[in-house]
Amino acid sequence: MPPIIETKALCHVYSPGTPFEHAALTNVNFSAERGEFVGIIGHTGSGKSTLMQHLNGLLKPTSGQVLFDGADIWQSKAFLRKIRFRVGLVFQYPEYQLFEETIFKDIAFGPRNMALDETAVEERVCEAADLVGLPRNLLDKSPFDLSGGQKRRVAIAGVIAMRPDVLILDEPTAGLDPLGRERVLQNIRDYQKNAHATVIMVSHSMEEIASTVDRLFVMNHSKEAMAGTPREVFSHADALTKIGLAVPQVTMVLKRLRELGLPVDASAYTVEQACQALLALRGGDKNA
Amino acid sequence: MLKDITLGQFFPGNTVVHRLDPRTKILMVVVYIVTLFLAKWFVSYALMLAFLLLAIRISGIDLKTILRGMKPLIFIIVLTGMLNMFYTPGDPLFTLWIFTVTKQGVLNALFMMIRIIMLVTGTFLLTYTTSPIALTDALERLFGPLKKLHLPVHELAMMMSIALRFIPTLIEETDKIISAQKARGADFESGNLIQRAKALVPVLVPLFISAFRRADELAVAMECRCYHGGDGRTSLKQLRMQRRDYLTFFLGAVVLCAVIVLRNFGL
Repeated sequence: MPPIIETKALCHVYSPGTPFEHAALTNVNFSAERGEFVGIIGHTGSGKSTLMQHLNGLLKPTSGQVLFDGADIWQSKAFLRKIRFRVGLVFQYPEYQLFEETIFKDIAFGPRNMALDETAVEERVCEAADLVGLPRNLLDKSPFDLSGGQKRRVAIAGVIAMRPDVLILDEPTAGLDPLGRERVLQNIRDYQKNAHATVIMVSHSMEEIASTVDRLFVMNHSKEAMAGTPREVFSHADALTKIGLAVPQVTMVLKRLRELGLPVDASAYTVEQACQALLALRGGDKNA
Repeated sequence: MLKDITLGQFFPGNTVVHRLDPRTKILMVVVYIVTLFLAKWFVSYALMLAFLLLAIRISGIDLKTILRGMKPLIFIIVLTGMLNMFYTPGDPLFTLWIFTVTKQGVLNALFMMIRIIMLVTGTFLLTYTTSPIALTDALERLFGPLKKLHLPVHELAMMMSIALRFIPTLIEETDKIISAQKARGADFESGNLIQRAKALVPVLVPLFISAFRRADELAVAMECRCYHGGDGRTSLKQLRMQRRDYLTFFLGAVVLCAVIVLRNFGL
C-alpha cells in the first residue's frame, strides 16, 4: 500500500524571474503512512509552511510531485478539489480566519463546500464541536465573543468537520496558555485515534513534539536535514543545535549528567523516560 | 498571486539616483511631467527619452522590471490612443464604418501613448528608488509651509506612511486568508459575478477584523512611545540638499528650457 501522502523530489521557487526569487523547497521527499503522527521541525524560513501548503495543493510544485494514496493530486482540477477535503490544513493562528455570525455556521463552512445535505452538515458540526470540547449551547454564539483558546478550537473544528484523512497543522498551540495548549494537543490526538487519521504537525516546542509524534521530519534551508523516530532524531543533539533547533530539556539534562560522568542513558526524550533512565541507574548502583 | 504586483514597490540600492534627496526626486518628477506635456514633436520626446533612459541606467533598475509593472496599464494606454485617434478632427486618412481616422489623430494618439508610458516610467523610477518613508518625509517637508494655514501636514504625512507601510502586510494577510479558506473548500474561481462576490465574504470579514485590530495595536504602541502629533517632532534623518541635488536641478532646468525652445520651433 502506498503512503497516504508523499512528495517526490518536490521543488518550489517563489517569485521566479524577479529580484525576489528564492527556492523554498529543494528536492524534498516526504511521506506519511495511514494513522501516523508526524512532526515537522525546522527554524523559521526553513520551508515547513511551503511544504505543508503543497500537501493539499494550495501551492503548485515548481518541479516534482505530490501524491495522495499514490495518485498525483495535480492530475485534474476536480481531483485537486477533492483532495482539499481529504487533506485538511489548519494554518497558523487559524482563529483569524473565522468570519461567520455563529460558531455553527463557521464550522459548517467546510462541510457545506463539500455539498453535503443539511443533516449531514449538522451531524459533522456537532461531532467536530464535541471532539474539541465545545458545549452545544455555544454553537449559536458569535465566534468573536470567545476566548483565544476557544476560538482556536473552533477554527480547528472547522477543518476536522470535513473529516480529512490527513490533518495538517501549522503550530496549532502557538500563543496559547499551558492549559489551552494541552487541550488542543489532546483534541488532535483524539481525532487521530477516532478517525484513524494521519496527522502532520509543525511545532517549535520540542517537548510538545517529543510527547506526541511517532516520527519526525527535520528541515533546514529548504531541504530535509534528518528524519526518523524522536529517539533517533534527538540523539543528534549537536547537529540539531547547529541548525538552530534544540532537543527537549530533559534530554539536555541527561546529556549534561552523562558529560559529568554519570553513566545514564541519554536518549530519553520525555519526562517519564528520563525518570526510568534515572531509576535504572539507581537500581544499577544498588546491585553494584 | 497578489504578491507579484510591482507597482509602487521599492527596490533598495545604493546608486546616485537612490541617494538623491527625496525632495529633489519628487520635484524632478513634477518638472519632468510638466516638460512631457510641453513637448510637441519627436525631437523633444527623443531628448526626454534620453534623459529618462540615462536616469534608469544610473539607477541600476532593470528595464524589464519597469515594463512588467506597465502591464496593468496596457488597457488604459491603448484606450487613450484609440480615443485620440478617432476623435481628432483634421485631414482624413481613411474611414472605418462611422469612424474617420485623421493624420492629426494618428499623431495625437502616438504622442499621447508615448506621454503616458514615459510619465508612468518616470514615476515608477521615483517609487522604485525611494523608500516609502523617505517619500512621505519629503512630502511633509515640501508641504511644510501649508502648516501656517493650519493644514495638518504632519498628520497627513503620518497617515500616508502608515498606509504605505501596511500595504504589503495586508496583501500578505489577504493571501494567507485566501489560502486558509481555500483549504476549507472555498471556491473563488467559478460561478457568476454574484456568486464570486459572495465568495469574498469569508476573506473580507477576517481581513477587516485584522485591519482594525492592527490599527488598534498600532495606536496603543504609538501612544506608549508618547506620540503626540507633529509639534516639536524632530526626525532621525535630516534631509539636506547636496551638490548632486543642485546638479540634478540644473540638468532638469536645462532639459525644461530646451523643450520650451524646441516647442517654439515646432519641434
